[in-house]
Amino acid sequence: MKKLLTIATTLGLMFSGSFAVQASPQQDLKEFRSYFAKRFPDVPFQEFVNGVYAIDKASRAQWESIEEFPPYELSIDKGKKLFETPFANGKTYASCFRNGGIGIKQDYPYFDTKTGKVVTLEGAINACRVKNGEKPLGWKKGKIADISAYMAYTSRGNKVNVKVPSDPAALAAYERGKNHFYAKRGQLNMSCADCHQWNAGNRIRADLLSPALGHTTHFPVYRSKWGALGTIHRRYGGCNKQVRFKPFKAQSDEYKALEYFHTYMSNGLEMNGPGARK
Amino acid sequence: MSTIKIRAKAGDKVTKVSALIEHPMETGMRKNKKTGKKIPAHFIQEVVCELNGTVVLTALWGPAVSKRPFLQFKIEGAKKGDTIKLSWVDNKGEKDSAEAKIA
Repeated sequence: MKKLLTIATTLGLMFSGSFAVQASPQQDLKEFRSYFAKRFPDVPFQEFVNGVYAIDKASRAQWESIEEFPPYELSIDKGKKLFETPFANGKTYASCFRNGGIGIKQDYPYFDTKTGKVVTLEGAINACRVKNGEKPLGWKKGKIADISAYMAYTSRGNKVNVKVPSDPAALAAYERGKNHFYAKRGQLNMSCADCHQWNAGNRIRADLLSPALGHTTHFPVYRSKWGALGTIHRRYGGCNKQVRFKPFKAQSDEYKALEYFHTYMSNGLEMNGPGARK
Repeated sequence: MSTIKIRAKAGDKVTKVSALIEHPMETGMRKNKKTGKKIPAHFIQEVVCELNGTVVLTALWGPAVSKRPFLQFKIEGAKKGDTIKLSWVDNKGEKDSAEAKIA
């Protein structure tokens, strides 16, 4: 009798456990996409890569005229030169990447199951430098952004393809990124989602809030505000500061996890980096 | 490598010329953050645009014009295939020019 009771309760707990399991990344992605499809029914899926320029005619016209002389063009040329210049030991960046580093940005970030860490493109660029006896570059702007811009440019048109393997550490990183996106923070007590999901398309003072779907495809980005090119972690820091939250360091585990989740949500969209934004 | 990116598009009545010039346009008032000394003035003083060799625009600039100046203007009497030439001279005497065919 007691044995039967134990078996019954164990089975009962097992089944109730399965209903409490967190939604899978695939399920999250489905819900994410359908949310934005409902919110912006007139925007075709691939257009989301253009952010606010997909949802506002006036800013799109301005952006199109800026794109006549793309402000990031010079950075692509600089980046190409940096990418092709060998290190002191004679090797080049191509030796560290699949396909010689050409047309591969859509795979980043990825989860390295061996080290248990998220690998971002900028992270891989600096790892390549250190591996070949060079000093690492600054994370947010300058040369690293130029190299990333060149690699983004060669990846244009490729569909975002971030993978979350069914490895508990990978799922934990994904969940950490997801939590960062939805958690309120800072003196203004706002989350990424508050602006870019629940209020996407609404105005915040003089700016229009971009939808989070398609957010990452155009990085690194030339922001008119910066008057220069910057990486996605540079923007994360800025966003955190805007809600009066002390930002994490660029390429910290927290921002890497965020980038992992954030980019996964743009899977299937075509890369269009480097981009120009306000 | 030219510092000028130029594009000219012919419309019904007017031709629109757009140009982006790579130039620091230093006012001479900014200070070097490390040394505390003023960064010397370095800005474009004159911009000239010619249509098939005839001057159609002369611009006299000063330090008020920002870095990487973007210039856009419309002209009449131009047609597809004509040559537009843009040249600039700065306060140091440096200069550059670029040509484009009207599309």
